[in-house]
Amino acid sequence: MKPISRVMIALAALSLLVLLVAPIWRIDLQAPQYPEGLYIQIFADHFHGDTEKINGLNHYIGMATIHDEMFPEFTYLPKVIMALAIFGVIAALWGKRQGLFAGLITLTLFGLWALYDMWKWGYSYGHDLDPRAAIKVEGMVYQPPLIGHKKLLNFDAWSTPDIGGWLLFGVMGMLAVVYFLELRELFRRRDAKMNT
Amino acid sequence: MKRPLIYTGTMLGIVGGAFLLMNSLPGCRPGTTKTVVTGDAAAKVYVKPGTHDEFYNFVSGGFSGQLAVYGIPSGRLLREIPVFSLDPESGYGFSEETKGMLSTTYGNIPWDDSHHPELSQTDGVPDGKWCFINGNNTPRIALIDLGVFRTTSIIEIPNSAGNHSSPFTTGNSEYVVAGTRFSVPMGDEAQRDVPINSYKENFKGTISFIHPEPETGKMSVAFQIKTPGVNFDLSHAGKGPSEGWFFFSCYNTEQAYSLLEVNASQKDKDFVMAVNWKLAEQLAKDGKGKRVPGKHHSNWWNEETHSSETTVYDDVLQLDPAEHPGLLYFMPCPKSPHGCDVDPTGNYIVGSGKLAALLPVFKFDKIQKAIADKDFEGEFAGIPVLRYESVLHGEVKKPGLGPLHTEFDDKGNAYTSMFVSSEIVKWNVESLEILDRVPTYYSIGHLSIPGGDSKKPWGKYVIAYNKITKDRYLPTGPELTQSAQLYSIDGEKMELLLDFPTTGEPHYAQAIPAELVKPREVKFYKIEENHHPYVAKGEKETKIERRGKEVHVWMTCIRSHFAPDNIEGVKLGDEVYFHLTNLEQDWDVPHGFAIKGAVNAELLVMPGETQTLKWVPSKVGMWPMYCTDFCSALHQEMSGYVRVSPAGSNVPLTAQTLSVDAEM
Repeated sequence: MKPISRVMIALAALSLLVLLVAPIWRIDLQAPQYPEGLYIQIFADHFHGDTEKINGLNHYIGMATIHDEMFPEFTYLPKVIMALAIFGVIAALWGKRQGLFAGLITLTLFGLWALYDMWKWGYSYGHDLDPRAAIKVEGMVYQPPLIGHKKLLNFDAWSTPDIGGWLLFGVMGMLAVVYFLELRELFRRRDAKMNT
Repeated sequence: MKRPLIYTGTMLGIVGGAFLLMNSLPGCRPGTTKTVVTGDAAAKVYVKPGTHDEFYNFVSGGFSGQLAVYGIPSGRLLREIPVFSLDPESGYGFSEETKGMLSTTYGNIPWDDSHHPELSQTDGVPDGKWCFINGNNTPRIALIDLGVFRTTSIIEIPNSAGNHSSPFTTGNSEYVVAGTRFSVPMGDEAQRDVPINSYKENFKGTISFIHPEPETGKMSVAFQIKTPGVNFDLSHAGKGPSEGWFFFSCYNTEQAYSLLEVNASQKDKDFVMAVNWKLAEQLAKDGKGKRVPGKHHSNWWNEETHSSETTVYDDVLQLDPAEHPGLLYFMPCPKSPHGCDVDPTGNYIVGSGKLAALLPVFKFDKIQKAIADKDFEGEFAGIPVLRYESVLHGEVKKPGLGPLHTEFDDKGNAYTSMFVSSEIVKWNVESLEILDRVPTYYSIGHLSIPGGDSKKPWGKYVIAYNKITKDRYLPTGPELTQSAQLYSIDGEKMELLLDFPTTGEPHYAQAIPAELVKPREVKFYKIEENHHPYVAKGEKETKIERRGKEVHVWMTCIRSHFAPDNIEGVKLGDEVYFHLTNLEQDWDVPHGFAIKGAVNAELLVMPGETQTLKWVPSKVGMWPMYCTDFCSALHQEMSGYVRVSPAGSNVPLTAQTLSVDAEM
């Protein structure tokens, strides 16, 4: 690979470390009584924001509470992110396209897994309601949207990537661009070779 | 040549897909809540300086225990009438005469939680004579005379706890009702001292019918109906065809006694209880009731003596529905009904299941038919439960979240407050069709339309009484103002006109055209009709008298002096009673009276009135007293001294009255 590609891969990989300290995802809630809105930011190892207020509200409809300790992800996610970054740096040092390809695939799989994991939690929160809840609305489930907007009773809920999420997409995009440039280079050389 | 593009294109597709997806989603980010006030809202609420509002709005103070009076549409606060709570400003509850208004079998209670004002009615229409209001905590009902805007009668409700579903009135204010939010064991001490887990067996509710004497407003318990142990929430009398019936919403038919927020929310349906009060009245008259223990006080303000009078009753007439079938029926009503409202025609009864996703509307003739046909789906604690489907006119589907209360206009529409979704929803009573909805800021509880729970609504405005204000007003630390909102309802669409802050918690309110109240206003008390035992009907009648340790001062005030204005000969250990008569005979000339070191309050004495402040001096010396109500240009000169000498002193008791018209 070209040196510039390797530098970019290394930079991309190292920037993944930002995910350790920056919020990755956020959920915003707004209701008539909460004009200022409520929010939860998801970090690699904890929640930040109005979880206590949201827990207080959710008990009316029988939703389980949200606490950091309940998510095993928070214990291994930082390690996974570090591993991904190290993987990227190794790929950059190694300098082979296969390494880049493997990195891109791994990162994509990681992203997909993260989305799936979030959906799964959302599903169980939204569906597994306490049958003794005070407010029961027939047919109503409270699964938050995976991405975008959804109306949950009196609340409007928005789910969007935060700094870390956008960064992850950025890294994936950057690697994809590098990969594209490298492949183009490869095929160009092959074609040149075949033509001679 | 194209292969790299295909490979990477796929990759980019996966990666960028999410990107594009998110950017293309509409409403991806929360917007900000904005209030839209349109058109000429300002002009509609502007009441020119010097002109009067169109309506009086009587708004409960909630936990302030008082009743506030606003003008509508301006939202201007006109008065806060002391009812259940002490009011040092006027001396209410502090003066010797007013103390007794707060008298109960538990002693003088200085506070209560007042929820529901209800205007007296004639032929089912508010008449502007009285306003009733309930005391929740120590069960009581108060009557405010709208001639004087003062509390003139308070009755304690025996065998009750948590008087919430009160004081709603029958069509001619024959009765106002009281109900038990908290069921309790009743009877003698042994019967009352029971384990909490014997709730189902020992805890009972009561519905009391309080009769105010038409002339005097003196209140007494006419009769009381014993009920199963549930929580009564709100109530309303029938009218027109349903005249003679009363409807009460009840929750906690689970009969839970712990963690009610969960345990009292388990059943899909609780009840609206229909009470045949005409039958109850007849039974009571025929001597079918039993006198049961139930000691209670009834306090009444005698306008001739300017003093409260307390009557103590030892027992109460009780009717047991087990012995009198036909007195009570239950109608199933979805999930913990709160509001229980009867439309102006008297045909429809709306139950608002606060945890339900629909609003059931019951029809009175169907209720009668179901009763006649014995169309019961069972019974609850011995009371027949009418079949839901048989008594139902229909359900308003998906009206909003957390329906609480309904009031009506004069065009066949209902307006229901939605606590959780924070809005007012307008719907047609006959067709049950939802016509309009408008947000409230924030979390509306009750709402009020002038005459909106009577036979004759003046459907011009609906006023929302909100539970929280958050960002609506200038912040004032952790505790923010409470608030009401005025909406115009004379068009197709409801239109927000005004936010106005309120005192205490604006729980419920009633509004009435000002023209029905204004002609009743008393401008001052006639001095010749003053029969206070310590009145001084002129400065000539002022005097001072020692009765052992008690010193009584017959004192007058007129612009701008007290008579007497200097007193000597008071000794440590004395109790001094200042009986102050305001000699003015003109509108809007009260005088105040304050004396240094008084541990109670001041007096604010209206023209022609006599009030008494008890004062126990604690130190030797000269104690200034003065007028607190800026009465004239020489108000600052309206003062005097009391000389207090040591206990054994032999300073003679003298009073100095050097006034313009006194010959001393």
